[in-house]
Amino acid sequence: MHPAASIIVFTTFSGLGYGLAAILGLGLVDPSSVAVKAAYVASLGLIGLGLLSSTLHLGNPQRAWRALSQWRSSWLSREGVMAFATFVPLLWSGFAAVVEGRIAFVAGALGALLAAVTVYCTAMIYASLRSVEAWHTRLTPLCYLLFAAAGGALAAAFAAVAAGQPARPLLVLALALLVAAWTAKAFWRRRLARPGQGSTPETATGLGAIGRVRLFERPHSTENYLTREMGFRVARKHAAKLARLALLLGGIAPALALLAALAAGGGALAAALLGLALLSHVLGMLTERWLFFAEARHAVMNYYGG
Amino acid sequence: MSEPYVALSEPVADEVRQTTCYMCACRCGINVHLTDGKIRYIEGNRAHPVNKGVLCAKGSAGIMQHYAPARLSTPLLRTGPRGSGEFRPISWDEALGLATDWLGEVRRKDPKRLAFFTGRDQSQSLTGFWAQQYGTPNYAAHGGFCSVNMAAAGIMTIGGAFWEFGAPDWERTKLFVLFGVAEDHDSNPLKMGIARLKARGARFVSVNPVRTGYSAVADNWIGIRPGTDGLLILSLVHELLRTRRIDVDYLVRYSNAPWLVVDAPGTPGHGLFARDAEGRPLIAERAGGRIVPAGQPGATPALAGRVALDDGRAARPSFQLLAERYLDPAYAPERVAAETGIAADTIRGLAAEIGRVAFEEAIAIEQEWTDMAGERHQRFVGRPVSFHAMRGISAHSNGFQTARALHLLQVLIGAVDCPGGFRFEPPYPKPVEAHPTPHGKAEHFGSNKPLSGPHLGFPRGPEDLLIDAEGRPNRIDKAFSWDAPLAVHGAMHMVIANAHAGDPYPVDLLFLYMANLAWNSSMNTAGTIAMLEDKDPETGQYRIPRIIYADAYQSEMVAYADLVLPDTTYLERHDCISLLDRPISEPDAVQDAIRWPVVEPDRDVRAFQSVLIDLGSRLRLNGFVDHHGHALYKDYADYIVRHERRPGIGPLAGFRGTDGTRTGRGAINPRQLERYVENGSFFSAHIPLEAQFFKHANRAYQDFAVRMGFFDEPRPVTFQLYQEILQKFRLSAAGLTEPAAPEEHRERILASFDPLPFWYRPLEEAAVDASEFPLHAITQRPAAMYHSWGSMNAWLRQIHTSNALYVPAAVCDRVGLADGDWAWVISHHGRIKVEVARTEAVNPDTVWTWNAIGKRSGTWALAPGVPEARRGFLLNHLISELLPRRAAGRRWSNSDPVTGQAAWYDLRVRIEKAEPGAPSEPQFKTVEEPPPHRPRAVELSYGQEFKR
Amino acid sequence: MTTLPDRPADARKLGLVIDLDVCVGCHACVVNCKEWNTGSDYGAALSDQDPYGPDVSGAWLNRVHSFEVIPEGGEIVGEAGEARIVHFPKSCLHCDDAPCVTVCPTGASYKRAEDGIVLVDEQKCIGCGLCAWACPYGAREMDLAAGVMKKCTLCIDRIYNETFEEADRVPACVRTCPANARHFGDLNDPASAVAVMVAERGGIDLMPEQGTRPVNKYLPPRPRKPLAAAAAEPDTGGATGFFAWLDGVLDRF
Repeated sequence: MHPAASIIVFTTFSGLGYGLAAILGLGLVDPSSVAVKAAYVASLGLIGLGLLSSTLHLGNPQRAWRALSQWRSSWLSREGVMAFATFVPLLWSGFAAVVEGRIAFVAGALGALLAAVTVYCTAMIYASLRSVEAWHTRLTPLCYLLFAAAGGALAAAFAAVAAGQPARPLLVLALALLVAAWTAKAFWRRRLARPGQGSTPETATGLGAIGRVRLFERPHSTENYLTREMGFRVARKHAAKLARLALLLGGIAPALALLAALAAGGGALAAALLGLALLSHVLGMLTERWLFFAEARHAVMNYYGG
Repeated sequence: MSEPYVALSEPVADEVRQTTCYMCACRCGINVHLTDGKIRYIEGNRAHPVNKGVLCAKGSAGIMQHYAPARLSTPLLRTGPRGSGEFRPISWDEALGLATDWLGEVRRKDPKRLAFFTGRDQSQSLTGFWAQQYGTPNYAAHGGFCSVNMAAAGIMTIGGAFWEFGAPDWERTKLFVLFGVAEDHDSNPLKMGIARLKARGARFVSVNPVRTGYSAVADNWIGIRPGTDGLLILSLVHELLRTRRIDVDYLVRYSNAPWLVVDAPGTPGHGLFARDAEGRPLIAERAGGRIVPAGQPGATPALAGRVALDDGRAARPSFQLLAERYLDPAYAPERVAAETGIAADTIRGLAAEIGRVAFEEAIAIEQEWTDMAGERHQRFVGRPVSFHAMRGISAHSNGFQTARALHLLQVLIGAVDCPGGFRFEPPYPKPVEAHPTPHGKAEHFGSNKPLSGPHLGFPRGPEDLLIDAEGRPNRIDKAFSWDAPLAVHGAMHMVIANAHAGDPYPVDLLFLYMANLAWNSSMNTAGTIAMLEDKDPETGQYRIPRIIYADAYQSEMVAYADLVLPDTTYLERHDCISLLDRPISEPDAVQDAIRWPVVEPDRDVRAFQSVLIDLGSRLRLNGFVDHHGHALYKDYADYIVRHERRPGIGPLAGFRGTDGTRTGRGAINPRQLERYVENGSFFSAHIPLEAQFFKHANRAYQDFAVRMGFFDEPRPVTFQLYQEILQKFRLSAAGLTEPAAPEEHRERILASFDPLPFWYRPLEEAAVDASEFPLHAITQRPAAMYHSWGSMNAWLRQIHTSNALYVPAAVCDRVGLADGDWAWVISHHGRIKVEVARTEAVNPDTVWTWNAIGKRSGTWALAPGVPEARRGFLLNHLISELLPRRAAGRRWSNSDPVTGQAAWYDLRVRIEKAEPGAPSEPQFKTVEEPPPHRPRAVELSYGQEFKR
Repeated sequence: MTTLPDRPADARKLGLVIDLDVCVGCHACVVNCKEWNTGSDYGAALSDQDPYGPDVSGAWLNRVHSFEVIPEGGEIVGEAGEARIVHFPKSCLHCDDAPCVTVCPTGASYKRAEDGIVLVDEQKCIGCGLCAWACPYGAREMDLAAGVMKKCTLCIDRIYNETFEEADRVPACVRTCPANARHFGDLNDPASAVAVMVAERGGIDLMPEQGTRPVNKYLPPRPRKPLAAAAAEPDTGGATGFFAWLDGVLDRF
């Protein structure tokens, strides 16, 4: 699948935003300090940025409001509805935190719940597609949820440490979520590497009874919408390298930083380290998301020799 | 929630106009739907006899052809050097003035210094007539580089060939064998026919090195080695004789099998038919051995035995020679398996299947009929085996004899013009004797004089060659000379090379219509371009001093013209698909058709045929002006209606007579074109059932043909299995008859003019080292393109934007090539760099690519560097117009030695891995787009304007 | 709307049957489809980008792929060991369980209750592309000029068109196909020509494992009988024997 920048940015930043909003909403950080207030604003900003980015690839964004109508069947519609629904408690708890400097727990907890549901909906857009075998697994929403939570915990920990608050439980939580997320991702990748259980050129053409089927000629010589959208291929060696890079930036480096912060028990250095860790995590997640698309093979490529 | 409203019953458009397609040469009927004068939709005309409503990809893309930015839009005069593409627009007055001056000067001085050649046009009856009135001997259309082998062999054997001469009996045939047709003539009827016969459970066998197109759906695919079809066919003949699967009655009645052939080696009559004083061929009667003229009622001809003629010479029935030759074990399947690449079992199986179907599944149509001898028959007996072939066997240097072999096979099993077999389409069959002889000897023309007869015809022997007293060619293309004695369609592919070399003489003016000779229609394309650009260092003049070119589109040839006459598109002009030219009849019906301007041109262009008529009257040519010098015809439409070739016979056969009720013969009908338009732009007259089969010997058909005006008297055909005309050339080559062939031609003529079909290795293959060039390289016609006519079409070019070379898997593995690699393909003539694609569905010794996808950068109004130019390629660069030189000898043309047919498919190559990546090589300088310059569209949303 | 309609078991299922035994890959259906649908009243024109440049491409509702099938491992029905080419036209299969419909967030994609045709209401389409992702067959293509998803409508503006002659009330691809490889009808009516064809020829679903339950069916290439199997008659002697036989035949005239 084509790794479109708009969608990679959307899932990465909205995931981080929802994760952060959820951690903040659960009241694990004291909102009285400026750094934490900034984190509240940032969480909403990230969510907004992500959602805005997701409309960039639309052919007719002026009609995007219609996407809220089909929540009964469409995960994309559900995601849209949930995104709006989530804004209500998040704005409420954000207002309480930023303006009033207090934790609005009910709103925050509701926001956290809805944020999780929203991230789940996002993940299910992909996981529900049988046509993309790599995505069509429960591991996909699990990874999305855990990455969102891990990113959120890391960001919240950064804010807390930057605000000089005691943050040990948060640091431990972030570390645990990171480990959990990357473990889930490892399972996801292991599944990806397994020989396909799904469609082949033989099932796609129904010609398997005659013999082995390979594309002789594409219907049209040049690329088309389908091959551009779904025909993206990444070399296996290249993908493995990127996967290691994603783990390093998105998992190992932040984990080391978290351990260091735990050891240091706070302070400016720890805060700086966590800031860098967050940046590294974001880069790692962008890589992970890029691979999430780039490595996924769409069934239609059975018709295009891909 | 309710479903949205969908408009279900909107009419297609404001208006529908019916005309004839011209996206290829198939000539299907089309309905052109128009809204506000713009083309909304083109579909097949259900009532049309050719396509019965269907329409192919090309026809369906007519909109994009009609509105293509590559259309020329004004007359152009060259300002830069040839090939640069630099022109200035000029008015039609200036253009026609110049053309008249140039043409007039040549006509006064020496009319043969005009070479007028036309490409895939469908107005040869007009262009030929014009050239005849102009008086140059140098006229032909593109048949010489297309399928003249097929046409010549067919006419000379059975009085007709495939496609425009006849078709398989699709409704009745039970076994259909197709030789070497990828996706062309006759495109839609073939597809329809194959589908129909497969639906009936009939068997379809395809003999083709490549298994795409029609071959892909064949019940049996025979992946033959290119150029060996003749050997396969003669091995089938061997098997049919061996297993006695021949129709002796049919042979005796309809062929020259019983005719006596003189056996007097070393004398001028050797190998000719024994004839009586009136010239009638003789046969020997089985009972009593009496020698009588052929065709006497009640005679019982012998097919074997040796008899003494009255003059004492010995003679044998031609069939004996035939049977002895093909029963020879040299033609046994085992013996030809290695050469053809076909397992002996498969050959034997195919022969057995042909024999079984022909004789055990014979069909009958209960309909009384009378043959030419007056014998009444109760029924038509059909041998439901049919064949079809075109360029695949034709475009080889042994194609003439191969096509002859195929017709021989058809006659042997009695499957010509019978129910279920191959059936003639009127005005065919037409024996050689009903065709003119060629004209163009010096005594046939002179300054300001018309040629005394038509250019193209069938020589009856060496005496009809167009040569001078020294045996040198009279024609620029050397057609009808010792080089190519039976070049009955001319040899267009040799014109530029010969004119450049001044051999046999230089020309002053080259006048071309719709022939892309600076690209895909020439062998040795780069060399041809150089010849067009070459100047005489002494005079500074181009070697070919003046070139006028007429075309509707900015083809590669345009940049080489000095004067460009822009033509209209096929939807903007009158055309005439005439029985005098290339007919569209069906076996059961006489048919012709027209085109008419269903839309008006929006540019300063004129239909070429009308321009030619205008030039004819400006030059005051006979037939184009009256005795006062006034133009006889306003334009082509006027000519179509009012021109008469013979009294009562004009370009169109339908709606003749003052009231439009006459068919074939009849007075001029001023409303004729209107009647055609009302009838869907075609005319069809059914042949009575009694006359529908055995037309070559059917009294009712022959009478019908005379009524229609095909002939003025019955012209039955006796199938010429043994071809005496060929033997006459051999006698000349043996020095036994006059004119004797010059020494240097003798070996070639003796070797190739066998009066009985035979097979020899294609000349290029025979001349090069097989280990150095171990592979064949051929092209296939893609279904969605017709020659170079598709790249300017925004829809069609998406289907084939570039081409790769398909290489057999085993060759890929041997050379180390994978999909997407690049390779050098090398022939004795040159090398090209191409992209490679692997395939297994191909003869193991054959590489191939799609025909004419490669384009020159800057042409066809495409952006420079489009994939067509950057990745696409032509095989033409590898094909020389001349064969490799043999020790100290001259270089012969790369053609069939009998007909001069261009041997496109004889090419031999080797393949080597090349450095990866585009561009393909060779690349040529980008041609500048001719004026007026318009910005190139970045996006099309054609049809948005029709939304209601 | 995006939910699939509840349709009675005997509801009409209009669709195509494509005969792979006779398709010669000529692209007639491809281009005629484009030509009809780009100017028809249903939806935006089918645009082409860079039509005369290097990156030419466009929106098409029907494309013909070609495959090489090498008889290895499978049941060999042609000449053993010989690869064959199969031309393979492909357009929307109008699936019973159309995943493209249920994923649509706006309700633009829908399956008609009356005849099962899957359509896009372009007025509602936001061009998100998710339906194209959901379709395993590549039946949906975004029109880059209009920013809406295009797909085969089964020529809904032809098949019910009362301004047409009866014979023309079929999809453009069916009407134009020179090889008669495309057939249109109600696949849910066992008596219909298409249903009979599917039953007799063993019509197949593409990618049944995707669970889409396509309406369109494909007829596989018919089994082939090798020529070598045709028995040749025994030799009856060389040239001498031949002429003796010939004599016998001529005696009978």
